[in-house]
Amino acid sequence: MTEKLVIIGAGMASGRVIEHLVEAAPSAYDITLFNAEPRGNYNRIMLSPVLSGDKAYEEIVTHDAAFYATHNVTCRFGERVAQIDRAAKTLTAENGEVISYDKLVFGTGSNPFMIPLPGHDLKGVIAYRDLEDTEQMMAMGQGSKVVVIGGGLLGLEAAAGMAARGVDVTVVHIMPWLMERQLDEAAGFLLRKALVEKGITVKCAANSKEILGQDGHVRALLLDDGTELPCDLLVMAVGIRPNVALAKDAGLAVGRGIHVDDQMLTSDPDVLAVGECVEHDGAIFGLVAPLYDQAKVAAATLLGEPAAFVQKDLSTKLKVTGCDLFSAGDFADGEGREDIVFRDPSRGVYRRLVIENNILVGCVMYGDTADSNWFFGLIRDKTNIEEMRETVIFGPAFQGGGSVDPLSAVAALPRDAEICGCNGVCKGTIEDAITAGATDLGAIKATTKASASCGSCTGLVEQVLAVTLGDDFVAPAAATVCGCTDMTHEDVRRMIKSQKLTSMAAVWQACGWKTPCGCHVCRPALNFYLLADWPLEYRDDPQSRFINERKHANIQKDGTFSVVPRMWGGITTPAELRAIADAADKYDVPTVKVTGGQRIDLLGVRGEDLPAMWADLNAAGMVSGHAYTKGLRTVKTCVGTDHCRFGTQDSTGLGIQLEKILWGSWTPHKLKLAVSGCPRNCAEATCKDIGVVCVDSGYQISIGGAAGMDVKETELLVQVATEQEVIDVICAVTQLYREGAKYLDRIYKWMAKVGLDWITAQVVDDLDNRQALVERFELSQLIYRKDPWAEHAATKAQQYQPLADLSLEAAE
Amino acid sequence: MSNWIDIAALDDVPKRGARMVKTAHGCVAVFRTGADEVFALDNACPHKKGPLAEGIVHGRAVTCPLHNWVISLETGQAQGADEGQVATYPARVEGGRILLDATFLRSRKVAAE
Repeated sequence: MTEKLVIIGAGMASGRVIEHLVEAAPSAYDITLFNAEPRGNYNRIMLSPVLSGDKAYEEIVTHDAAFYATHNVTCRFGERVAQIDRAAKTLTAENGEVISYDKLVFGTGSNPFMIPLPGHDLKGVIAYRDLEDTEQMMAMGQGSKVVVIGGGLLGLEAAAGMAARGVDVTVVHIMPWLMERQLDEAAGFLLRKALVEKGITVKCAANSKEILGQDGHVRALLLDDGTELPCDLLVMAVGIRPNVALAKDAGLAVGRGIHVDDQMLTSDPDVLAVGECVEHDGAIFGLVAPLYDQAKVAAATLLGEPAAFVQKDLSTKLKVTGCDLFSAGDFADGEGREDIVFRDPSRGVYRRLVIENNILVGCVMYGDTADSNWFFGLIRDKTNIEEMRETVIFGPAFQGGGSVDPLSAVAALPRDAEICGCNGVCKGTIEDAITAGATDLGAIKATTKASASCGSCTGLVEQVLAVTLGDDFVAPAAATVCGCTDMTHEDVRRMIKSQKLTSMAAVWQACGWKTPCGCHVCRPALNFYLLADWPLEYRDDPQSRFINERKHANIQKDGTFSVVPRMWGGITTPAELRAIADAADKYDVPTVKVTGGQRIDLLGVRGEDLPAMWADLNAAGMVSGHAYTKGLRTVKTCVGTDHCRFGTQDSTGLGIQLEKILWGSWTPHKLKLAVSGCPRNCAEATCKDIGVVCVDSGYQISIGGAAGMDVKETELLVQVATEQEVIDVICAVTQLYREGAKYLDRIYKWMAKVGLDWITAQVVDDLDNRQALVERFELSQLIYRKDPWAEHAATKAQQYQPLADLSLEAAE
Repeated sequence: MSNWIDIAALDDVPKRGARMVKTAHGCVAVFRTGADEVFALDNACPHKKGPLAEGIVHGRAVTCPLHNWVISLETGQAQGADEGQVATYPARVEGGRILLDATFLRSRKVAAE
């Protein structure tokens, strides 16, 4: 039978009670929700991001009207409860209406404590508690002055939020350093320094004496040393007091808060209380994590299930951008207590561990809090740290000789390690959710609530996803191709193949592009995918190519271009060099440079001169070097057996053969090759996308090198005996890369996703597949293995000239 | 008073492309969108003077080839977080021909002096 439940106060704890109830037993209670604030439940701890402008109010609403409607919650927002008659089990609303209840839940929260300084009732003196306060602070703009009394969590978040809006903020704190309950003096100093760098004035050990007003509005704060701090708004953030007035009037047992037992029952078994209004075992609560625990217990009690609220160690994080700090446990000095301290002043990093009898009892971190959960776990589990004492300060990555992979810290966490402090979600719960199919952040939030409150553990949750899913994890930032689509690169490639999409318009249509014709991010990617998958059906679209690939030269910062003729395998002739020199003279080339790819770069060529210069170079037998493409660049070689006394094979000849087969091919990113004639590796083949190192017994082919932003050494794919096998394997692996990789992934990135083993299986072990790949590569090369310079010089030269020359007309 | 002058055939500019017109005081880029609209803008990105005529045209915008600023062809305004504006000039298509307003191109010269 459905009973009547009345909840007083729509806060974070009572909201969670409703969630648990409607989830576990939707028809157990008929719920009525009173709230003095004229709105439903929002995430109060996210008011700071709203204040700083990082979030909008709409983003922090946790329960909207639809939620209440769906679950038949009768909402009485903007209404207070006037009185309660526990004997009759009724309450009276402000408008005089009498409502009966079977069960009653107090979620009346807390009131901000206002220091009764003279002038505290002036206009412009506010607390930092609800949306109205936040809005008043948000109304302060550039040039206005605000004083915040209180250098604790809330006060500093308020100060930082307003400072981010250009407000001149002064924080007045009575204690010698900021956040003295959570931080020691050293961390407090670093925090103060960071806030001062944000333009906030910080006054510690400062006693407020009086709030000065003018015409009923705050004008300044007077300190007891006589300093006057002028302000347009004064925010008091000095603490909270449980709101017990209504409970006290109703005759419930009340101390500092409403007394509750482990089941969250008050002194009346039909009345429960949760949240900041309660007092449990002498403690009151201001952080969100225990409130959620209480909500869970209260819901269970209401449903007649056994549950008990247990107080836990708490940790604290500050939500101020650029101030990473963490504190947990007890870090007061004391008999038998030892400190381990780590400082890196230039990076602004401070870590202090407090140890008692080989057990970590306290931890303060500033500047780098990545390992905070691991330390918190050590405190909570009372782990004996004797064995790792020498390295414990460096965090989990340094324990047990493990690698320093950033993910290893997360991988090393036990299943019961808490990831989301707000919602009490541990690693195991998240892992189970992932196994059950929640494979992205949104799904994890929806199923476990991890990172759904303050959001400071978002990075950790993503790391758990990454560790659990391995290569299947798609980082959310890299998820879609661009803003034009909701699809990933992988989705789009799959669609192009499976739906036989052979034109750009077909892709836009089939994949629901949101823009009429894409953008500079997606169009080059689509152009590549289409020509790689449909070499015969699709025609390359120059207008979807970056200028370098459209005009077959590299654009320079002044709008001129650079021209690099191909030198097969790095071999040239006096005649070619003369032609290059002549072209440099004829077209006034300001800079001639030797490149790292064993050829010559002519820099500073005017766009209009390109076709004529190409025609001249063509006449001397030279073609485009494709130094501008996401495609084959060069095959670098050493002189091999021709001249070198160490050479084991004809590396130069093999390099030239490879370059003549591969040139003109388009790939997801640039493709650089090298062939070294012996393991001395003078052609530096082991940092190329594909490298060949000749040995006495044959050729070692390795892939996945790079020497750019990332430096990577290649990994051995296979050793083969003949030049023909080298050519086949390299054509096959290039085709495999073209068909599968994401646009702008070099081979090493693609390899990290698909794995070297898989590539080996495709092109080394499966000879039929190797042959099929070679054939598909050759088919595509029939179209693209040609000199674009010759084509453009012959048929498109006009496009390189101005459309019209009005310089005479305009000068008249 | 407008003074439309014939510049070239519409088809001389590729769809989603641009060509550049020389004037006594620098170059004007003439753009053609996928929908065959034409726009004329100074051929210099407000950021580092990149040649906009060499950019990728998408919708009614062009992405500068040097640092990927996106410029509205309609207003000349930089889009997104970037700030800046290039001058725009009247341009239209009539009978398959691109016309620019010489009066504006001249006033540009005066403004430049």
